[in-house]
Amino acid sequence: MNTVVCMKQVPDTETLIKVNPEGTGIATEGIKWVMGPYDEFAVEEALQQKEKFKAGTVSIVSLGPDRAIEAIRTGLAMGADSAVHINDSAFYDKADPYATAAVLAAAVKNLEYDIVFLGKQAVDDDSGQVPAILAEMLGIPVITQVLKLEVEADKSKATVTREVEGGHAIIDVTLPAVLSAQKGLNEPRYASLPGIMKAKKKPVDVKTAADLGVDVGSMTVIKEMTLPPARQAGKVIEGETPEEKAANLAKALHEEAKLI
Amino acid sequence: MAGILIYAEVQKGELKKGAFEITSKAKEFGQEVSACIIGSGAEALAPELAKYGADKIYVVDGPEYENYVTEAFVQAFVQVAQQVQPSIILTSSTAQGKDITPAIAARLQVGCFSDCVDLSLNGDKIVVKRPMYAGKAYVLAEATATQQIASIRPNSFPINENAGAGAVEKVTVSLDAAKIKAVVKSVEIAESDEPDQTEAEIIVSGGRGMKGPEGFPMIEALAKALGPGSTTGASRAAVDAGWRDHAYQVGQTGKTVSPNLYIACGISGAIQHLAGMGTSKVIVAINKDAEAPIFSKADYGVVDDLFKVVPALTEEVKKIRS
Repeated sequence: MNTVVCMKQVPDTETLIKVNPEGTGIATEGIKWVMGPYDEFAVEEALQQKEKFKAGTVSIVSLGPDRAIEAIRTGLAMGADSAVHINDSAFYDKADPYATAAVLAAAVKNLEYDIVFLGKQAVDDDSGQVPAILAEMLGIPVITQVLKLEVEADKSKATVTREVEGGHAIIDVTLPAVLSAQKGLNEPRYASLPGIMKAKKKPVDVKTAADLGVDVGSMTVIKEMTLPPARQAGKVIEGETPEEKAANLAKALHEEAKLI
Repeated sequence: MAGILIYAEVQKGELKKGAFEITSKAKEFGQEVSACIIGSGAEALAPELAKYGADKIYVVDGPEYENYVTEAFVQAFVQVAQQVQPSIILTSSTAQGKDITPAIAARLQVGCFSDCVDLSLNGDKIVVKRPMYAGKAYVLAEATATQQIASIRPNSFPINENAGAGAVEKVTVSLDAAKIKAVVKSVEIAESDEPDQTEAEIIVSGGRGMKGPEGFPMIEALAKALGPGSTTGASRAAVDAGWRDHAYQVGQTGKTVSPNLYIACGISGAIQHLAGMGTSKVIVAINKDAEAPIFSKADYGVVDDLFKVVPALTEEVKKIRS
């Protein structure tokens, strides 16, 4: 069972986001960078499949600047075998989901895979487009928001449970396929100390977009980034007892806010 | 290329509310508004869309469209899009919309914007406003070419009655079966009248302060008392503890929501949670810790034991609503 995991290094979800002076993106000083939370599920699933089949490789592909190597090493420390780091700042800075998918597809094409895993979205730009675009470029099917995966012994197809509104759908899909991971798919492991030591020696192939023969421009451009207006603390509801406070709250929501 | 084409989503035999919202918004731009409905029994739904501004409604109807499956729906929609040649395609950013929108964009090779909260026109290009980092920041973005697609977050635009010509055309699409490599075996949807969190008008949400799964029926009762359009949510702490399914999680690794009223019960207000619900119109916090960060964002705060406040509030709401 050979798998590729495409993952992205993103700011930790506890990060307080600030805008850079140009108003074009975030201020990156002091940010703690981590592997995308949904990408952790993708890496874990790839490792579990390899363990189940007792054979194959897990390759990581990531587009990002120098700092992205830390998230790549985390994936290798969890147990992935090798990685491709597309380290190309000129490309990365402008890449929208389409350009990102194009450069990932070029790297994935050079690798062996039965399944390409990704997180369902990167929690920085929150677009959630790359899985579908990547699948289109690779000419294989995509199933998004995967909660459960059973691969047939001959690896020709898989039965996948995916989240749909209000429930889930069970789908048979022919492999190879692109699967995007939803929270609930598994419980990602922590890297062990021996894993961290071993990761330092695992091969990381560093490429530029040009090395991969990709000359695809972005189809969308960010013009301006702003922060939402800060919310102000409102009223504290008074009352002698919890019941009285509840009554005063209900009254405020009814008469003032006119919501009930 | 001209005009706007809408993907009008069908669920449980009915059009989703988001389809009316984006049709109403599209009508404001003074261009021809077309819509495409795909589903078993879709034809019967066409007149409803005309009411909100659809000039032309393309219907792809047949038993093979009973269950949503990405590839077949993409093929059907793309064939309609190739016939209509719109400059702008709009979808609703529902669970299904999040799946089909990038797949359509990939097939048509056009610029795509996810989960937009506002939309304007700059010549023949759309300028979208969309959240990033789960709403910790917003960007204005534009496409580099004049064919573009955007998914719109539910509840972003009001529904306005503004009749369009409403001409209905049944389209027979030829599906390329060789490309359909996924088959839906079954769909299990819980019997519930509750809206999805992303579309709900009121959300009553529980966090670590709920102390366990047994606390949640209490907030379900409050949501029920608040009427249809209300549902429940949960913080990451409650989901990670296994008290609630991830489908309920609000925040950066869950759903980003924007209801009229968000009632946070026993939620401290971690940054990643505040990001996911910060655009709610009115926020209520019920927490016995007066120092909880949630109070700095709440319009109304109740500092007390939620196990006493919530049931009492449920009774008060019932009184007011009856």
